[in-house]
Amino acid sequence: MSIPPGYYLALAGLMFTIGVIGVLVRRNAIVIFMFVELMLNAVNLILVTFARMRGALDGQVVVFFVLVVAAAEVVVGLAIILMISRRRGTANVDDISLLRW
Amino acid sequence: MIEKAVFGVAFVVALGSSGAMLFARNAVHVALFLVAAQIALALGFLLQGAYFIAAIQIIVYAGAIMVLFLFVIMLLGVDRREILREPLPAQRPFAIGLGALLAAEIIYVAWRGLDAAFVPGAEDALEQINRDPGNVTALARLLFSRYLFAFELTSVLLVAAIVGVMVLARRIGGDEFMGPPQAPDRAVETT
Amino acid sequence: MPDLAQLGLYIFLLPLMGAVLLLFVGRRLDQFAGVLASSAVGLSFLLALMGWTRLLGQPAHGEGENLRSASIRVLDWIHVGRFDFGFDLLVDQLSIVMVLVVTGVGTLIHVYSIAYMAKDPRYHRYFAYLNLFVASMLLLVLADNLLLLYVGWEGVGLCSYLLIGFWFEKRPAHNAAKKAFIVNRIGDFAFLLGIFVLAGAVGSLTVGEINEAAGAMTAGIATIAGLLLFAGATGKSAQIPLYVWLPDAMEGPTPVSALIHAATMVTAGVYVVARFSPVFDQSEGALAVIGWIGALTALWAALMAAFEYDIKRVLAYSTISQLGYMFLAHGVGAYSVGIFHLVTHAFFKALMFLGAGAVMHALAGEVDMRRMGGLRKVLPVTGTTFAAGWLAICGLIPFSGFFSKDAILASAWANGDYALWTIGVATAFLTAYYMSRLYFRVFEGDPVVPDDAHPHDAPPAMAGPLIALAGAAVIGGLINLPGALTLEHFLEPVLGESHVPAGLTPWVLAGVALLVAAGGILVARSLYLLPGGEQRRARLYSIAPVLVEAARAKFYVDDIYGALVVRPAKALARAITDFFDVRVVDRGITGLGRVVAGASEVLRGLQTGYVRNYALAFLFGVVLLFSFVAVRVVT
Repeated sequence: MSIPPGYYLALAGLMFTIGVIGVLVRRNAIVIFMFVELMLNAVNLILVTFARMRGALDGQVVVFFVLVVAAAEVVVGLAIILMISRRRGTANVDDISLLRW
Repeated sequence: MIEKAVFGVAFVVALGSSGAMLFARNAVHVALFLVAAQIALALGFLLQGAYFIAAIQIIVYAGAIMVLFLFVIMLLGVDRREILREPLPAQRPFAIGLGALLAAEIIYVAWRGLDAAFVPGAEDALEQINRDPGNVTALARLLFSRYLFAFELTSVLLVAAIVGVMVLARRIGGDEFMGPPQAPDRAVETT
Repeated sequence: MPDLAQLGLYIFLLPLMGAVLLLFVGRRLDQFAGVLASSAVGLSFLLALMGWTRLLGQPAHGEGENLRSASIRVLDWIHVGRFDFGFDLLVDQLSIVMVLVVTGVGTLIHVYSIAYMAKDPRYHRYFAYLNLFVASMLLLVLADNLLLLYVGWEGVGLCSYLLIGFWFEKRPAHNAAKKAFIVNRIGDFAFLLGIFVLAGAVGSLTVGEINEAAGAMTAGIATIAGLLLFAGATGKSAQIPLYVWLPDAMEGPTPVSALIHAATMVTAGVYVVARFSPVFDQSEGALAVIGWIGALTALWAALMAAFEYDIKRVLAYSTISQLGYMFLAHGVGAYSVGIFHLVTHAFFKALMFLGAGAVMHALAGEVDMRRMGGLRKVLPVTGTTFAAGWLAICGLIPFSGFFSKDAILASAWANGDYALWTIGVATAFLTAYYMSRLYFRVFEGDPVVPDDAHPHDAPPAMAGPLIALAGAAVIGGLINLPGALTLEHFLEPVLGESHVPAGLTPWVLAGVALLVAAGGILVARSLYLLPGGEQRRARLYSIAPVLVEAARAKFYVDDIYGALVVRPAKALARAITDFFDVRVVDRGITGLGRVVAGASEVLRGLQTGYVRNYALAFLFGVVLLFSFVAVRVVT
């Protein structure tokens, strides 16, 4: 464990940012969803790094919970996407601008 | 030395495949790059002594969840390619600009706060734990003692998710195809 | 068996329940509504009789305290600081007399209304109001503290408003209702101030405690409190200067005029002054004001009555005038005499109002006495009973009015107020004159009937009350015959003794009063009944045409009030609406609305509906927050 934690944090930050940008620029709902997963993964890396820095396993336990929440979220999110595309024939978020006014 | 090499590989693969996700036009490719990035991250977990997490990262994430993704992609049709031309003119520059700013901020905060957050002798303590009760045993002890309540709550969450999905995905009477989306009846607004 | 005070509670609750029942399910009861209302009040009357005998069964005089009195705390009401106002009822000699009058006369008028209002589309509502009125009036007379009394006081005011404006489709009716309410409001405000003064000075509003503390009151406080209470009474009991609403109140149904504006509500002021007589006794000034206001009102209203052609309005002015007599009695310290006149007046005035109602009923609503004549032959029951009321108010022996009016004049004389006595005698003359004028024009002479009317005498439900009241008007004097003074002795523990001149004086005074009354009747006979009356009237009027003109125009009081109060108030209201409401409030609100609408017009452009736009805004916020962390927390 000689790699300084700063490198891991930088890697996680960069991945998180890529996830953010992906959510903002991509239009396919499933793809957007995958970028959300990428962001969650980046956060997991940060948590594991913090666990290492503190010398305790609590960070890793939290990762465990993030995993569970992510699983539930993916299941529900994909079901919603499935529903929407079944009804409207598209998974493109720009076509579903129902929030307007 | 070998550790540095492994980290270098993980670093390059994670960042590279993440970046590739941005430019892949096909949703299946995006999913595959994500799997690659997740495996690289699992390497990072291993390097930091989180053996159990690394294992479930590959089994649950790269395995189960990504399979689910691919399943849905197939269900909706793989051949549909996303047009990369951006209809919202200001969206892309703003997203990249703000994203860069965010990355800079995260890295800045990480570097500046690093020394303050570091607990002396932490790495040895973690190695000690991983050696004596073992990583899995120690995690299990924490999970079923201090975090028992949260653990039980996650079970409720999972049940709720299952029920929700069953309700959502069910085909019912009025749930029929409502026709193709209407073309936007207005000039595209900018933000 | 309920005790005395509980009886009081039931007496009050019966008509209240009747009112509630009629308000909610009255429509379904149809014609039964009248019977229900009448029996509620009738039962109250029976209970009141029971209470009265119970009262008589107790020894009259105890060890310096009034044994014939009972009070009950029904509910706790307001308990704050040193004040403790409860829902307290008090049954004693004074209140039982009032309760008997209210429920007794009230029952007769309810029965009369069954026939009189039979064809009205809002039949059940009429009886609901009437029952509510009786309940409020009973609350007023039974209340053991001034605050609860005020509830009844306002309650009767409300019912008066509702009943005057009962036919609110008619413009004069709802105008009259408004006028009555607003004019009363002025008096009520003063009354409320009087309550505050007493609460501040005594620290309690209980009847007993106020009257006990009255002895220790300074004359100043007593004068202020007394005059404020009396100002309230001038509103409710139609005295100068607030009498103007009562003549207009005749727009209501006639039984209402009989019950509210002759027998009961308008006597509330008389009752209140008597109820707090120890306070008034403490202030010479307040008593003098009451006496003089009463006397002047009596004369003033009698003058107007002498020139009025609307029979109901004549009776209204007559009521004002007779109320003036009662206050005259209070003003010379003869409270029980005032109450005596209140009782006899309730009999004969209610009788005459009901008689007038029967005439209107027979003549399809006609009220102008110039288009009537000789009706006693057409309507024998109505005419005969009306004659009883007429003789009673004129004060001929042995009718009830003679005893009560004579007692008032004698008390004034005994108190040394010779000026008040003179005014009283003059009023007696005028009273005899205008009532005879009314009676002769309407009931004597050659029969005159409007063409479109089919006169028919009162049906049984109307004739019964008329006959009962006529009997009471004839023999009502029995309750307080000179020498025996039954009523005065009965009331003595509450109202104190009244002074009667000794020796030959009372006989002389009574003789004078009789002569004056007979004179009034004879003058009216010569002017209205005998042949050639027309010319004699013209000659008489030509002596002072200005005065006649003024009296016919109600002495221009309504016009003066209109110019001094109503018009400026309306102008002020108009100015406020035109300037403040329209320009400031309305425009302010509209402007605010426009600003919001305009702003939203601009801001809605931000709502593109694209989720990714919102996400971008989200990211912007995240970056800002992170900047804060980077700058403030980490550095």
